[in-house]
Amino acid sequence: MSEQLAATVIDGALILISGLCLLCGYRVIRGPTVPDRVVGLDAIATNVIAIAVLFALKTGRGLFVTASIVLAIIGFLSTVTVAKYVTEGDIITRGER
Amino acid sequence: MVEPVAIRHLTVIALVSIGCFFLAVGTIGLLRFPNVYNRMHATSKPTTLGTATIFLAGFVRFGPGGAGLTSLVGIVFLFLTVPTGAHMIARAAQKVGVPFLGSVTWPTTDRSEADADDTSPGREGDSETSP
Repeated sequence: MSEQLAATVIDGALILISGLCLLCGYRVIRGPTVPDRVVGLDAIATNVIAIAVLFALKTGRGLFVTASIVLAIIGFLSTVTVAKYVTEGDIITRGER
Repeated sequence: MVEPVAIRHLTVIALVSIGCFFLAVGTIGLLRFPNVYNRMHATSKPTTLGTATIFLAGFVRFGPGGAGLTSLVGIVFLFLTVPTGAHMIARAAQKVGVPFLGSVTWPTTDRSEADADDTSPGREGDSETSP
């Protein structure tokens, strides 16, 4: 009984978080400045991490947890890269400013 | 008497529900707050907490070996990286010149005051009307 309830809750959570990703996409499209868009994309990345973990819970395969960590690494790297690009106009700088 | 498997499932249900609540709060804040800095505040903290709670649900589901341990590593990684990314976006927004709300100023220390002065923090961005 509780297993079926858990499956239902996880399905509902997947649907809810997918909707939240769409709502974050509103901020990515409409966001007035570039950092707004970066913040929205960061929120989408975090939501996709949660989706990966929920998919691991749904299917019972632990491999998707590892996939979620890879997604976290990619999201962090992209955020840092865009922040540096917006700040300095270049991604890899030598540090003389 | 409740079986241990049922306890595990109920714990997963509770953690997933809490995580979904925090993720929804973060997204509502992202949509409703008037400024980049406020939106960043809304996304970084509750979203980290929500995703960490869902990772914890993964730990409860998969047990202390294998994927459960990976979930704990994911929590640590999330708590390390998300504030760092938010900090870098905040600095980039200040460098770009996104205006602050009201009487908010950039926190300057003596060491970085000269660095903060030569940028113009009051440049007019196309700011949205605050709700």
